[in-house]
Formats: sequence, structure tokens, C-alpha cells
Amino acid sequence: MSYTGWILLTAALVGASCGLIGVLLILRRMAMMADAISHTVLLGIVIAYLMTKSLHGIHMLIGAAIAGLLTAFLVQWLHSRGIQQDASIGVVFTTMFAIGVILISTSVGNVHLDVQHALMGEIAFIPWKVTTLPLIGTIPVATGILALILIIVLGIILLFYKEWKITSFDPALAASLGIPVVAMHYLFMTLVSVTTVAAFDAVGAIMVVAMLITPAAAAYLWTDKLSVMLVLSSSFGILSAFIGYYLAVWIDTSISGSMAFTTGIVFLVSILFSPSHGMVGKWRRTVGTV
Amino acid sequence: MFSLLPSNTQWVLFSTMMLGIAAGMVGCLAYWKKQSLMSDALSHAALPGVVLAFLLLGEKNLLVLICGAAVSALIGAMCIQWIQSVSRIKEDTSMGMILSVFFGLGIMLLTIANRSGGNQSGLDGFIFGQAASMIRKDVYIMSVLALLVIFIGIIAFKEWKIYLFDPSFAKGIGLSVKTMNAVYTFVLVLTIVIGIQAVGVILMAALLIIPAISARYWAHSFRTMLLLSALFGGVSGAGGTLVSTYGAGWPTGPFIVITSSAIFLVSMIFGAEKGMLLQFLQHRKHKRDLLVNWNIRTAEKEGER
Amino acid sequence: MTVLSVQKLTVSYRKNTVLHDVSFDIPQGSLTGIVGPNGAGKSTLLKSILDLHPPVSGSVTFFGSTFQKQKKRIGYVPQRGSVDWDFPTNALDVVTMGLYGQIGWLKWPTRRHRAKAMEALEKMGMSEYADRQISQLSGGQQQRVFLARALVQEADLYFMDEPLAGVDAATERAIMAILKELKEKGKTVMVVHHDLQTVKDYFDHVLLLNHTVIKHGTTEEVFTAKNLTETYGGTLKVMKEGVDHVQLITQ
Repeated sequence: MSYTGWILLTAALVGASCGLIGVLLILRRMAMMADAISHTVLLGIVIAYLMTKSLHGIHMLIGAAIAGLLTAFLVQWLHSRGIQQDASIGVVFTTMFAIGVILISTSVGNVHLDVQHALMGEIAFIPWKVTTLPLIGTIPVATGILALILIIVLGIILLFYKEWKITSFDPALAASLGIPVVAMHYLFMTLVSVTTVAAFDAVGAIMVVAMLITPAAAAYLWTDKLSVMLVLSSSFGILSAFIGYYLAVWIDTSISGSMAFTTGIVFLVSILFSPSHGMVGKWRRTVGTV
Repeated sequence: MFSLLPSNTQWVLFSTMMLGIAAGMVGCLAYWKKQSLMSDALSHAALPGVVLAFLLLGEKNLLVLICGAAVSALIGAMCIQWIQSVSRIKEDTSMGMILSVFFGLGIMLLTIANRSGGNQSGLDGFIFGQAASMIRKDVYIMSVLALLVIFIGIIAFKEWKIYLFDPSFAKGIGLSVKTMNAVYTFVLVLTIVIGIQAVGVILMAALLIIPAISARYWAHSFRTMLLLSALFGGVSGAGGTLVSTYGAGWPTGPFIVITSSAIFLVSMIFGAEKGMLLQFLQHRKHKRDLLVNWNIRTAEKEGER
Repeated sequence: MTVLSVQKLTVSYRKNTVLHDVSFDIPQGSLTGIVGPNGAGKSTLLKSILDLHPPVSGSVTFFGSTFQKQKKRIGYVPQRGSVDWDFPTNALDVVTMGLYGQIGWLKWPTRRHRAKAMEALEKMGMSEYADRQISQLSGGQQQRVFLARALVQEADLYFMDEPLAGVDAATERAIMAILKELKEKGKTVMVVHHDLQTVKDYFDHVLLLNHTVIKHGTTEEVFTAKNLTETYGGTLKVMKEGVDHVQLITQ
């Protein structure tokens, strides 16, 4: 496959997996939790690097998953001790992120990790770091990991589809039916963390938030069915990735920034023109009734 | 110790301390307005404004950059409101979107600025904060604006109190909630934009959030909380800046955050209000009292028999 | 026969004790109204009985056994305000959720499950709204959907948190008809209720609650002016409500 082909495939994988996770994120009112986790996985990655001295994919994923769970746990703990939910999120992620940045810029700064990369991603370099897999052949490492993540995310969402639905809609009923609501919450946080870290290489920490939340919010304006929302959201994610890439190439700028910006455009179009929940649809209905 | 530092560092320290005090106060207001994460969204949303102002002007003039940042943050705030009011998107989603999409736009523009500016423009410092890069004029601008925020915080103290705790009562005594909202948004945005050079857009929110919740562990009145929050903010601002001067190229923001987190940790453990140590001791005492009472009661029962 | 036995239940949120030393036994086939002032811990009582909010001390037994073993026989209708009605789902789907416990892990709802849910919707007079997105339903219709969802659970013991709050008269009648029917089938129902005027007509048992059990028994025995004053005596506003009611009863 061509250089551009790999980049587009990688970006599409990010868009699809983030789009799926994002739907559950916004329905569970955890959008800002995703923001927090996208920052704190940096600390997980740095510590994983300091312990193993390698930047291997699997270490990063484990480090990130632990950091993500720790974030979720600490936020919950502070909240249970009487601090407002969003203030607890604010304390936990800024502190962990600051520690991560300090570790990078003071002790490991001269190595392959750098803050710029973590924040903005370097999708342009992804096709150069390749590995050879049996049956599949030579593929970029990041692309391989992202494909694996997409399969895992899709699998877990489909396997527990009705459990996700009920724990998101009515956790009290779910618990009374004996569905382990808390375990599902932490499983979900783990999914968010590993998706974030897998997307890290491509789009960076903060732009992954855009990929997670915005396509899902746009999809929410087009449909009243959860299954359709999942499909739409990942399609919007892929679409934003493609348009974002070509926009970035056209005006010669950051690819990840441009992808994040494009998700915003997709949302803007949705909120203006969606027939069911957009401005135009509403306006037409008001005019129609008068 | 202070006088041993180079005079420029002294000035920078002074300005980050003022910034910390202002942020501590405004953070206290934001905490009670339950808008801690709003400050995070707005500080990220400021980035495209900073870069655009730079691109239009072609040079790094702090005052202009601050104006750009403020306009962009305000547009962000308006978008967050607008999205919620016209659709079924909830506040957290709307904040997360504006935060990341604006930041993405900021990064796009920054890449262009860095490419065309050639001189690396020094704008990268706005992401994590680079207090050392501030020139004397920047220091003056920052200090004056921070003092303005502090002044507004103090002079309208009782109005803030009513506005935050009982908005309907505020309306009843003729205090315009609309005006207060406008003033609140003004000081919030102002604090954020003056902080972004020293602390950076990503971590600016911490300086607004952490001192306020640390103060909660010591104060039981709004006044004490506001004062303590300002104090903690000031100490974090100056302390973090001081530490970051020890290493070449160390970013200021993360060290300011770590300083305030350390204060938070101490407050959470030793705080006089709901601190963990105190709660532990109370709990133990309570248990012992129960035990003593129980013993007395059994003794009494034995006696009755 | 006792289907639910609560013994010395104490529940607290952080430092505040919400329920203290609550004990009562619920006989099979009873329709009990849980009545008490705002903040008396009515919802908390249901939540801690259902293990949603773990108690500090005390024990709850269902059918002489534990919640975990008997949860398939227990149905719960949360407060209408506790969920986000903008959720992308329709009325039929919400009712089907009542069956998720029976369907089990890794399986999807089948046509049979949907037919059952449809039947329950029909019973609540809601079949024509099956495809509606739930935010497009009125408050009363939403409550009917919730009740239909409880019906498909085919439980033996139901807990309902304010099912009659903010619903129209027709819905109130429909819901009460269903509750009476459940009772006639030998099912047991506990309902958090806020409207003192209707207690006598609706319930055969009453549990007066204000942080602890003030009185519990048949409506005739328990629902008296004296007991109500004891339950509501507190803030001025509530006092007045209580006094009004005392007049109502003496009439």
C-alpha cells in the first residue's frame, strides 16, 4: 500500500474505534472523563517507559490502561469524599499530566518521548515504523495495534450490547437486575484508556478527545436509535479523518489538528442541517405548524 | 533569598504570584458556580485566538495576544452555551467538543505560524507556559491585569457571595444576575488569558481548580475560603516558577501545578475541615465513646440485676 | 407469609444517618404505601433494600433468602427523573430492558422477548407508542412505559419509587388498576407515595417513615391523625399539611 494509503487507513481506524467508544461516553455523561484520561495516559506511558526502557506497544497499552483506571478510581474516590465531580476530575488529570510532562522534560527528555509528539501525534511518521506479521505481511506497528483495538472495542460492545445499553440508560434498574454496573464502568474506562493510547501515536492526546466526543455528538443529532448512532458515529469519525488529512495536506499544516477541526465542522453541519434535531429541521417544523 | 535572584526573575516571580492570587480567587467563584471544568474548556479554546493574533500582527505583542485569546475563549463559551440551548447535547459533551476542536484549530494555526514565522515564534511556550521568556513589559501587563481581577474580587465580595449562594435572593434585593454573570465571565476569561503565557493553555485550569478545593479543607466560611484560595494560588504561582528556573528550558506550568497539588495533598490529609487525619481521629474517638457508653450501660444493667 | 423482612437497617450518606434502626415485615399479597415527609429516606429505603446503596448495618431477607439468590423475583421501578429521557431508544426497547436479567449474558433479545414487551405495553394502553423515541412521550406515558417494564419482569415482589408523581389522572387510574391486579394475583407491592389524600383508597398497608419506622400496619390501624402528626411534625410547612389532613380524616 502507498504511504498515503497507510496514513488514511490508520486515521480511519482511529476514527472508527473512537467513534464507537464516544457514543457510550456521551450517553454516560463522561465526556470530560475522556478528556481527563487522554491527559493522564501520558503519565502511564512515561512510567511504562521508565520501567521497561522500551517504547514497545504492549508496555504502553498496559501503562495507559493502569493510568486510565487510576484516574477513574481517584476521581471517584475524591468525589465520594465530598469534592464536586468536575473539580475532582480537574485535580486528578492536571496533576497526573503535570507529573508526566515534568518527567519527560527533566529526565527522559532526550529520548524518543517528547511532549510535542504526545500532544499532537505524528501520523506522518507512522508508515515508517513497520513490523512483519505472519499471514498479513509487513504493516506499520501503529496501524496493527489500532486494528486490534478496533476489533476488541467492536467485540466488547457487541458482546455486551444490551448490558451497555441498560447500564447507560438506567443503572439503578441494571443493578437491581443483577448486572455488575461498577465492573462495567471500569471495563469501559479501560476501553477508553487503551483506545486513547492506541490513537496517541496518530493524533495525540488532546485531539483524541475531539475524535472521541465530536463524531458521537454529531451522530446523536441524526438518530434516535443506539445501533444507528454507533454506525453513524464511527462513519463520521472516518469521514473526519479523511477530510482532515486532505485539508492538512492542502494547506500544509498539522494533520491531527486538522482532523480534530474537521470533526467540529461535521458537528456544525449536523446541528444546522439534521432534519430531526438540527436548526433547519426545527425551523421548518415551526414554520410548518404556523 | 528573594533578593539573591536576578531582578528579572524577581519580577517574573511577582507577576506569577499575582496571577496565582487572582486565579485562586476566581477559581473559588468557579467552584461554587460548579464550573471547574469550564475553565479548562475556555483555556484550551483560547489557543486559536493567540495564534491568529500573532499571525495577523506578525509579532509577539502580549497585550494583543491576550485580546486574541480572550475573544477566542469568549466565542468558545458562547458556542458551549449555544449548543446546549438548541440541541439535546449535554454540557459536558459540549465542553469537551469545544475544548478539543478549538485546540485542534489552534494547533493547525500554530503549525502554520511556526512554518512561516521561521523564528519559532516562541508561541510553543503558550502550550505549557514559559515564564522565563517573559520580558519586562509582559510582566507589567500581567501584573496589572491580575491586580484588576483581584480588585474586582475584593470590591464585589458580598455581591459574589449572594450571587453564588442564593441567586433568587440576589434578584430579590435588586442585584442583576445578568450583570453578575457578565462580570463573572469577564474575570474568568481575563484570568485564563493572562495565565496562558506563564502556565500554558493546557494546565491553566489547574491553577483555577486546585487552590479552591484545597482551601475548602481549611475554611468554613466563604470569606476564609476565598482568602486561603488566593493565598494557595499565590504560593503555587511563585513556588512553581521558582522551581522551574533551576533547569534550563523547564516548563513553568507543570511545576506550578505540582506545587498546588502538593498543597492540596497536605490540605486533604491535615485540613481542619473534613481533613482525613481529623476524620480518622474523630472516627476513632466516636468508636471509643460508643464502647465506653456500651460498657457503662452493661454495667448499669448488671447493677439493676 | 412474610416475603420481605427488614431488620435493624441503618443507612448513611457520608456522615449523615438517613435511616436508623428500620425494622418491618411485609406479608405476601399486600399493597403497601411508604409515606413520609421529604427527605425522610423513602427512596433511600428502597435503594438499600435492593442493595443499590449498601447499609451500614442491619439485614434484609427476601422470601427467607438473600437478594442475590432471589433477585429474579424482584422488580424495581425507579423514579422517572432518575434517567435521561433523551437516550436514543424507543418505548418498546425500554420495556424489553426489563427482560435483560432473564435473557442472560451474551444473548440478544429475540422476537419472543419483544412480543412479551409489546404485550405489557398493550396492557398499559401504550402499544401505539411502541416506536416512539422516549423523550417524545408525556410524563404519564413515560411512567406507563416504566410500569410495563416492571410487568415483563414477572416478579413476585415489586418496589416502586413515586410511580404516581406528576402523572395525569388517566395514567394514575391505569397504574392503580395494575397494582390492584398484581395484588389479586398474590404479588406483593411496595410503593413510595406522596399524596396523603389517596392513601386510604390505594393501599391496604402503610409504612410511616421519618428516618425510622414511625408506624407500620394495615391502613385502618396506622393511618390516623395522631400517627401522621408524629411522622410529619417538623418543619412548619409540613405541619400545616399534616393539620389539613387531620381535618380531612376527622371529617
